[in-house]
Parts: sequence; structure tokens; C-alpha cells
Amino acid sequence: MTDFAFNLRDGWRKLAAPVDPVLLALLALLLGYAALVLVSASAERLGSQFVNLAVALVVMRIAAQVPPQRLMHLALPLYTAGVLLLVAVALFGDISKGARRWLNLGFMRIQPSEIMKIAVPLMLAWYFQKHEAMLRARDWLAAALILLVPIGLIARQPDLGTAILVFAAGFFVIFLAGLSWKVLAILFLGGLASLPLGWGLLHDYQRQRILTLIDPEADPLGKGFHIIQSTIAVGSGGILGKGWGNGTQTHLEFIPERHTDFIFAVLAEEFGLLGASFLLVLYALIIGRGLMIAGNAPTLFSRLLAGSVTLIFFTYAFVNMGMVSGILPVVGVPLPFVSYGGTALVTLFAGAGILMSIHKHRMLVQK
Amino acid sequence: MKPAEFKNPEQEIERFQGRLAATGGLVLAAFFLLFARFFWLQVVQHEHYRTRAEDNRIALVPVVPNRGLVVDRNGAVLARNYSAYTLEITPGRVHDLEAVIDELAGVIDIQPRDRKRFRRLLDESKNFESLPIRTRLTDEEVARFVARRYRFPGVEIKARLFRQYPQRALASHALGYIGRVNDRDLATIEKHGAEDNYRGTEHFGKTGLEQKYEFELHGQTGFEQVEVDAGGRAVRVLERTAPLPGNNLVLTLDAKLQQVVERAFGARRGALVAIEPSTGGILALVSMPGYDPNLFVDGISPQDWEALNTSEDKPMVNRALNGAYPPGSTFKPFMALAALETGKRTPQQSIADPGFFTFGGHTFRDDKKGGHGVVDMYKSIVHSCDTYYYVLANDMGIDAISNFMRQLGFGSRTGIDIEGESEGVLPSQEWKRKRFRKPEQQKWYAGETISIGIGQGYNAYTPIQLAQATAAIANDGVMFRPHLVRYVENIRTGERRAIEPEPVRILPLKPANLDVIKRALVGVNKEGTGARAFAGAEYLAAGKTGTAQVFSLKGGKYEAHKVQERLRDHALFIAFAPAEEPTIALAVLVENGGFGAQSAAPIARQVLDYWLLGKLPQDAAPEFEAEDEGD
Repeated sequence: MTDFAFNLRDGWRKLAAPVDPVLLALLALLLGYAALVLVSASAERLGSQFVNLAVALVVMRIAAQVPPQRLMHLALPLYTAGVLLLVAVALFGDISKGARRWLNLGFMRIQPSEIMKIAVPLMLAWYFQKHEAMLRARDWLAAALILLVPIGLIARQPDLGTAILVFAAGFFVIFLAGLSWKVLAILFLGGLASLPLGWGLLHDYQRQRILTLIDPEADPLGKGFHIIQSTIAVGSGGILGKGWGNGTQTHLEFIPERHTDFIFAVLAEEFGLLGASFLLVLYALIIGRGLMIAGNAPTLFSRLLAGSVTLIFFTYAFVNMGMVSGILPVVGVPLPFVSYGGTALVTLFAGAGILMSIHKHRMLVQK
Repeated sequence: MKPAEFKNPEQEIERFQGRLAATGGLVLAAFFLLFARFFWLQVVQHEHYRTRAEDNRIALVPVVPNRGLVVDRNGAVLARNYSAYTLEITPGRVHDLEAVIDELAGVIDIQPRDRKRFRRLLDESKNFESLPIRTRLTDEEVARFVARRYRFPGVEIKARLFRQYPQRALASHALGYIGRVNDRDLATIEKHGAEDNYRGTEHFGKTGLEQKYEFELHGQTGFEQVEVDAGGRAVRVLERTAPLPGNNLVLTLDAKLQQVVERAFGARRGALVAIEPSTGGILALVSMPGYDPNLFVDGISPQDWEALNTSEDKPMVNRALNGAYPPGSTFKPFMALAALETGKRTPQQSIADPGFFTFGGHTFRDDKKGGHGVVDMYKSIVHSCDTYYYVLANDMGIDAISNFMRQLGFGSRTGIDIEGESEGVLPSQEWKRKRFRKPEQQKWYAGETISIGIGQGYNAYTPIQLAQATAAIANDGVMFRPHLVRYVENIRTGERRAIEPEPVRILPLKPANLDVIKRALVGVNKEGTGARAFAGAEYLAAGKTGTAQVFSLKGGKYEAHKVQERLRDHALFIAFAPAEEPTIALAVLVENGGFGAQSAAPIARQVLDYWLLGKLPQDAAPEFEAEDEGD
């Protein structure tokens, strides 16, 4: 009896060994909150979201197990495979809703751009680690190339949301690696100057989304509908919200995609400014924990990787909430750990697992 | 090559920490920006967005009132409403209309005619209106669709009130019909400033009483404050202002009399108007053939529309109001009255009729070869002597004739409460000047006056004008505006607003002159051209036969059986009864019926028998009574 209990406890300890309890506790809080909101937005999806979550937790546990050293070896093959798959998508991908994002492997369909959210920062962190001793201009250019090749492939699918996330992930690696402020300033100004050029490269529907952001009322029943309705949902929530399950915008189906990309509108409508602020605090704590892990990481590789993974969480959260509250254009970015859907959840938990692994191995290499 | 520059790990970590701090700052700044945005939306602008959310959620939905009923003078229902389920598609919410209809056809029986009608409605409508693809669903069909509703976004079952004309084609030209609101109707609604009251109304009176009394029948639209979802579907009712039903119309028309007439016509074409002389109330308004107004209610199918419009019998034409026919010999009593009133003749003045009248080298023949011998006014009417009237017309001149006839209402609209009545043609010098362009055509020739005397020539009057003029004689010169509606009834208050008999004018006719004409008209049915039709009548009926030429035979002998059916003469008859105190006056016309005495007079006899004695023709089964028991 005690044997069994001991075995159970021992088994749990082994299972939980690589897991960071602080990060896990914060994520658990966030997931509980998310479940509450999902029940209101689309209760019938709760079950399948639990299945998604189970898969994601397994992925996290595996990622947490893998030491950063091994991850480094994975960087080049994963990145190369990712780029090749993106090329394959461009050549043979399935078209759905006007975009070519999926690759049909016969037994399953995969979205290679999703891999790049991890593969690009991994690759960059590896590259900087390899050239740690001395970073010359051509190394920065190489880093830029590593970043821009997959971004280009993703952006032309087109999938602006993923492109932004991958870019942010890679950019944060380069930033954390210490690209000089001067160059950053030049890049920033250059970017501003080339905005008109970028406008020319955008697809019509992407331009439309930006125009819609600027003046959603110009087309209230068409393109502007999403933004107007989600903004109304957020604003009508007030300070305390309309109460769980009482959101009229939510339950009368005015909020589009209310269980996926626009789930924040449901939260803000029913839980008000208080609920939205609570969410911000949770995200801030999770990001803070991630940055702390990055700060304590032993190698450049793990520092950069941990920092950039953490900042992916931030990018997801900021872009999504900005879009739902009407300060950013509508791009397909889910609310991290909250929106319904398996793909993003798996990627995010893989990131969390990596963070945990880096945290666990913070002492090992220094010895 | 520069020597590799080794970096100080401490410094390296310090810089990384610095960068981490910078990103941490960025994160906080970004989250603060979001917080500020939420604060702006949820606190500062909260009231605005709360209102907009309410506006989203709450919609004012018009509740269309029940349309008023139309009942005859005895309460028999001629137009009512029934509620039925319809299957409706909102085209704006459906991607591939054809595919959806194909798929629907797998669930609910959809005939090609339903599709055609739907396409017709689609052409006439706006994209966001929901249009019926099928009407009158059975309960089983409703259940079958509801179970599969999720497969059909933009398709809905709706319970709607439909107009129904339970007597089908009976009195169709009087009732008219309603159809879906079109642009012209919208303009009419706008002109009446009734846009608000017509929000949600889908049907509008198109012809007949349904058109004339549209704004009485419609009622007051109610409103429901409902909570709606993004798809516009009502989720629940928050508040309701009940609609006020439209007013009922109680007609002067007698449906059973109307049916007697329509049965008497059978397959023949023509018209009959029966008027109560003392009020102008119309007792029967018949135009044959009629049509089934029910066909129009939920959008007529193209085949039915085509059939009605291309039929040689022209069922859509209201012959009673829009057919202009020469009155033939039914014009003679009016000519005789004109002669007496203008002093051109006395009753006793006689002519010797040789059977023809020659004027300007042209011979005008009488029906009877060899003539009627010595003919005074009484005989001229009773035996319908043409020569008497050739001479009379020539003596009076066209303008004296038309001035008198105008008083009796010939050539002008009677003002009946149905839109679109025709004027007919009352020939006069002035009329001809206006009617024709070439100077030689504009001139009135004295020879043209002669055939006017026997109701031929340019004469062309609608049956209702003829009936009105007959009623005027029956009522001793007091003329009423013919009307179909007796009361407008408010069913909530029970208040009945009578349509008061409205004397159009009182003709200063001398009683002695009227007496001469009336006696002659009674004589027609006792010993003259109407005697056969009125043999054995238990009442005293005044009447006059008439035959109107359709085709000029250029002096040849008219042999009815040899002439193509459509070129045969029209048969006419006017009558009123009882002669002493008339309760009914009528004009009947049978298109291509040949002689009036043969085909028109017997119809008049049936009408008077029914009206005065309640006698139904032997061959007519009283099926009508059974039908209207339920109402």
C-alpha cells in the first residue's frame, strides 16, 4: 500500500522533475481563466480543447526533458527542414480560403510555418552561439538572411499573422544578441521610409484590413464588421463586465470567431476592465518569469532562445489584444493559451517546455 | 585580418541583461498601451458602446396587421386571410442560390413552377428581402425542414397571413387582388405619407376594391421590440405594440346574385352591371370570363400569367368598366327621352316606316324588311324601329343628342369605387375635332348622325354607363354615383361608416315624359322584342333589347351562323324592375351573342327572377349556400 503510494509519488516526482512549478502555476491559472471564457464563448468546444491541451502538455513535458545542448543540435536540421517544407508548400500546398498554407502529407495536413515560430529563434540562437566569440557585420547579415528567408516564404502564402510572429521571434533573438542601437535606429527609420514600398507588396485584402482599422465605419457591414463589433463588445463591458454568460455581443453572435481569434472580446465584455487587467497581469507575470529564466541562463544560446520564446508569448498577446480592441489591423493571431485551437497551443507549450528545460539546466553547463 | 576580438563574458552578460531590461520595458509599455486602450473603451467611452450594444441587440420589428375582410351585403365572405407556413430564402445571405434550392428540393417538394415564380420575385425584389420559394407548407414539411435547418443558412420557415378569395373567380373584377409590393406601389405609399405604416407590409392592392380601399383594408402596423442576433433572427420579444387590424368592407354587392349572373353567362364573354337605382349601390358587377385572384397572392407563376394575358377571351379586362361597346338599340329609349325633353317629338307623332331611310344618297336599312308601317314613339321602342330613330337623329342633330346624353352620364366616368374606369365615346362635333388630325376627318358629317340614333356609329359606352343611365330613368332622373362599398366597418369598435348614397345630379325630367318611356319599356317585355324572354314573369319589368354591330357587312344581309363567331354582333339588354318601384336596374352585354333578345334578355330575366322572387334558375344547383355556411 505504502509501496504503491510511494511509487505513485515517486512516479509523479519523476514526471514533474523537469517542470518549472512557477511557470506551470501561472499557466494553470491562465488556462483555468481561459476555460471559463471558452465555456461562455462556445461551451461545446471545451471537451476538444481539453484534448488539445493534453497533447500540448505532452509536448511541453518532452520539450522540458530535452537539454539545451540537444536543442542546439536540432537547430540546423529543424530550420533546414522547415524552409524546405515552406518551399514545398509554395509548390504543392493545399489552397484553403485563398491562401496556400497547408501541406498534405497524405495521412495528415501540416502547416510548416508553425514550426518556424520555434525553428527560427532556435536557428538564430544557435548561429550566435557558434559565432559567440566574435560577431562581425557579415554575421549580422547572415542572421538577417536566416530570418528573412522563411518570413518571405510565409508572407507570400500569404499569412501575415504568422509572418509577424516569426519575424518578432527572430528579431528578438537579434536584438537580445546585441545588435547595436545605432543599427537598430537606422533599420527603424529605413523601415518607416520604405512603408510605402511595403504597402505596394501587400495583398488587397491585407491593405483593406489596415484601411479598415483606420476607419472601420466606412464599411460597417463588410470588412469593418469584425473590428466594430469586437470594439463594441469590449467597450460595452465597462469596468466590471456584463457577467459570465451575459455578454449580449457574444451570445447574440455579433462577435465573429468568438472562440478563436476574438475570444478576448468575450472576456472583456463579460469580465470588464477588471477581467482584462487580470489577464494583462497574468501575461506580464508569465513573460516576467520567462525573462527571468533567460537572465539566469548559462549560455548565449539558451539566453537568446529563452528570451525570444518568452517574447513570442508577448507578441501573440499584444497583437491579438491590440487587434480585438481596434488598435492593430486584423491578422490571424490567437490569444496565447486562451483561444480555442490545437496548433497554436502545441507551439506555445513547446515554447514553455523549452523555457523549463533551460531553467532546469541553468547550472549544468557552468560546471 | 584583425586578430579575433575576445569578449569579456561578464560584460557580455551585462549587456544581455541590459537588453532584457529593455525588452521588459517594452513589454510593460505595450501592456500599458493596451490597458489605456481598454480604459478608453470600457470607462471613458463605455456609455457610447453600451448604447451601441443595445442598438445591436434590439430591433423594432413591424407587425403587419390583419387585412380587413371583404363581405357582400349579406355577410358572405369574399376576401379573407388565412395563416400558413412559407419557406423563404433571403438571397443576400445565400451564396449559390440554385444549389441551395436544389438541396432544398431534396427535403421539400419544390416544383419547377415554384422555381419560376421565385425567379420572378427575385427579379423584382431587393437582395435582403426574404422571398417565398414554397408557400402553404404542410405540418409534415415544416417538421422535415426544421430538422435540417442547420444545413440551410438564409432559409427560414415563416408563418404568414395570406389573402384568400374563398369564392375564387366570383366577382374577381370587382374585388381585384393583392400582390407583392412593387416600386409603383411604393410610390403610392409615399404619396400617402404611409411609409411608416407599410414597414413590413409585403402585399398591396393591385386592382379592384383591394386597390381602391387599400388604405382602409391595411390597418395600423404594430411593433415588436425584439432581441435579435447578428443574423437578424429574433431571439425574444421585449415589448409589443399590437397592430390594429384593417377595416372590413361591406359591399352593396350580392354574392348570390353575382353567382346567378356568372352561371347564366357560362362560357360566354360579356358584362353585366346591376344597380340599386335609389342608392347607386351595385348589386352585381360581372365581367366574363373572370380569373382566380388567389393566383396573384403569393406571386403568380409565369405560366399562369402568360395564360391570362394571351387568352383570346381577355379575362384580365374588366369589360364592365373598360369595355366600350356601341349600345345598339338599347340607346333608343334614351333617344326618345331626349326627343321628348327637347320638344322634338311628342309621343303621338308617327312616321310611316318603309323599312329604310335615305340620306345623301345612302340608304339606312331597318331590321324588318318592308318596315313597321305606322310607328309612334311607343311602337318605336317596343318593336325597335330603326327608321324612326334615323329620322329623329337627323332632326335633332349630333350636338343636341350628345348634350342630352352627357347628362345621363354617357361618355364620362361614373366614379365607381374602382380605379381605371374608361370614358367611352360620346360622339359630338367637338369630340370629332379633337379625336382626328386631318381636317377632312375632323369635320362632322350630317350622315354620321343618323346611325348614332340607333346606337351605332361612333357611339361607344361602357356597360356601367349604360346601367347608370338605365337606373337614372328607373329613379326618375335622380342619378347616384355607382358604388360597391356600402359600409367601412371598424371591427374593433364595431363602428360602421356608411358610404352615403351620393346623387351625382338630379335631371329635371318631366314626369309625363318619363312615364312615356317607362311604359314603352314595359311594353318591350310584354309585347315587343323582350316578350319571349319575359313570358310569364310574375312582376312588371321594363327592358330594351339591343344588338351592336361588330362587323360592317356593307349592306349585305347579316346571317349570324355564317359570320365567324368573333365577328358576330354583341347582344345587349337593359332592364329595371319592378317597373312601378324599381329595386334593380341593369345592363347586360354578351359579346358576339347575336341578337339581344336571344342571348342577353334571358340573362336579365334570370337576374330579375332571382332578385325579385328569389328564384334560382332550374339548372343551377345552390352549391354556393353550402360553401358560405362556415363564414
